[in-house]
Amino acid sequence: MGLIIENISKKFISKHNQMHALEEVNLNINDGEFICIVGPSGCGKSTLLNVVAGLEKSCEGRVCLNGNVINGAGPDRAVMFQESALFPWIKVIDNVEFGMKMAGVPREERRNRALKYLKMVHLTKFQNSYIHELSGGMKQRVALARALTLDSKVLLMDEPFAALDSQTKTILQIELQQIWWETKKTIIFITHNVEEAVLLADRVIVMSANPGKIKKEFNIQLARPRKFESVDLTYLVADIMKELISEVEKVAKFEYDSDWNMEADTILSDIDNNLGAGL
Amino acid sequence: MITIWELVYRLTVDVLGIWKPYVFPSPIEVFKTFKHLLSNNILIVAIIASMQRIIIGYLISLILGIVLGLVIVRYKYIDENVSALILGIQTLPSICWLPFAVLWFGLNDSAILFVTTIGSTFAITIAIQSGIKNVNPLYIRAAKTMGANGLNIYWNVIMPASLPTIVSGMKQGWSFAWRALMAGEMLFATVGLGQVLIVGRDVADISQVVAVMIVIILLGLLVDKLIFGKIEANIRYRWGLNSN
Repeated sequence: MGLIIENISKKFISKHNQMHALEEVNLNINDGEFICIVGPSGCGKSTLLNVVAGLEKSCEGRVCLNGNVINGAGPDRAVMFQESALFPWIKVIDNVEFGMKMAGVPREERRNRALKYLKMVHLTKFQNSYIHELSGGMKQRVALARALTLDSKVLLMDEPFAALDSQTKTILQIELQQIWWETKKTIIFITHNVEEAVLLADRVIVMSANPGKIKKEFNIQLARPRKFESVDLTYLVADIMKELISEVEKVAKFEYDSDWNMEADTILSDIDNNLGAGL
Repeated sequence: MITIWELVYRLTVDVLGIWKPYVFPSPIEVFKTFKHLLSNNILIVAIIASMQRIIIGYLISLILGIVLGLVIVRYKYIDENVSALILGIQTLPSICWLPFAVLWFGLNDSAILFVTTIGSTFAITIAIQSGIKNVNPLYIRAAKTMGANGLNIYWNVIMPASLPTIVSGMKQGWSFAWRALMAGEMLFATVGLGQVLIVGRDVADISQVVAVMIVIILLGLLVDKLIFGKIEANIRYRWGLNSN
């Protein structure tokens, strides 16, 4: 049982070249597991998430949730995007209720449940505000509440905190850990940030780019609740970074001019540097 | 403003005699004519007749415009073939439809109604089309992941998301319809504001002409402020488009 990703491949064909966004990705995710996927930009991690969400179709392979093949988007897999994707024409509380309204939940029950989840993200005070009145962090909280109301077993998160400032991000990461602990959901979380991945995940998947493949898996066996200050966390981050850095370099080399080199650029070298002699 | 107007009238017409009284009206005369037109019910009857025409014509054009817009958005084939044509027709001033309408319907109310309707239909169609096409796809994706489908997405996401564009199209349509109606009434209506206006010209009564013009302006302003202004203010507030 759980979420099974079988042999997913996807190609994007443009005029100039053919890109392997995903190639034979296999992944078994247990119920209640927190998975983080990290990788350089363009490695297809968002594509993978969209395939699982049912928003994009893969060329080959299939995704099964509890034995059923996924075919299209549905409320059994809640999704949180990098932008909050909240609707500006309705109030916060109505945004949170949207999924339940689609499911035909009666008004009274809808309101109660929406309030419960708004409370979980600490925003009951803003229930009658419109979206533009919220800060970036608040918007993502509302989006999280909206995703939670679907009561799905699976929650897919596509870099949800990437656009936030670092303080807000830290608070939300700690809270997400807490909420996951309370709700026991299966979470797939896409991120660029390795520290974030190690803080949150049971398993960190490192992907390589072009073709987008799973490069390595790391089991994170640290006690929870985890903290950024922990030395073990830093150690694991360094470990994963080593794996990731070569991928990042590969992508960067592909995108920049061929004379670009990560090693050289890390030192501010200058042949005329006299090291301060003659001061 | 009115004082300046009266002063200009006194100076140019009474004292200097540059203009004849039938060329330049005095505000007092205009006001008197206005009262006169009110007291013998000509104005009220004309306003009611014109409002009746525009409401019917506008409602028809709303329905037609929305249906046409939705059909165009839904079927790519129709979009490719009809969109350019609609854009072309849109640039045609609606009064140019009048000869066409007269041949079709004869010199009667239906012709005026036709011109009024056609004036605003395409403005509304174009607004629906561009409003829907410019909906942020992220909203639709989000709605899909929350279990919305087909008609639900249309009703709960696409429509409200494109409402700002649609309302401004409706407003534009209203003003097109109003202009077309006045033009139509001036040519051959038996009753209506445009007809009162043209009677004023026929009897060389500039005061009546100006009085009716003011009424037409006021009515246009009234609808704009009371109906569309309110809706637009509400939308701006919800979307956070007010400057403060």
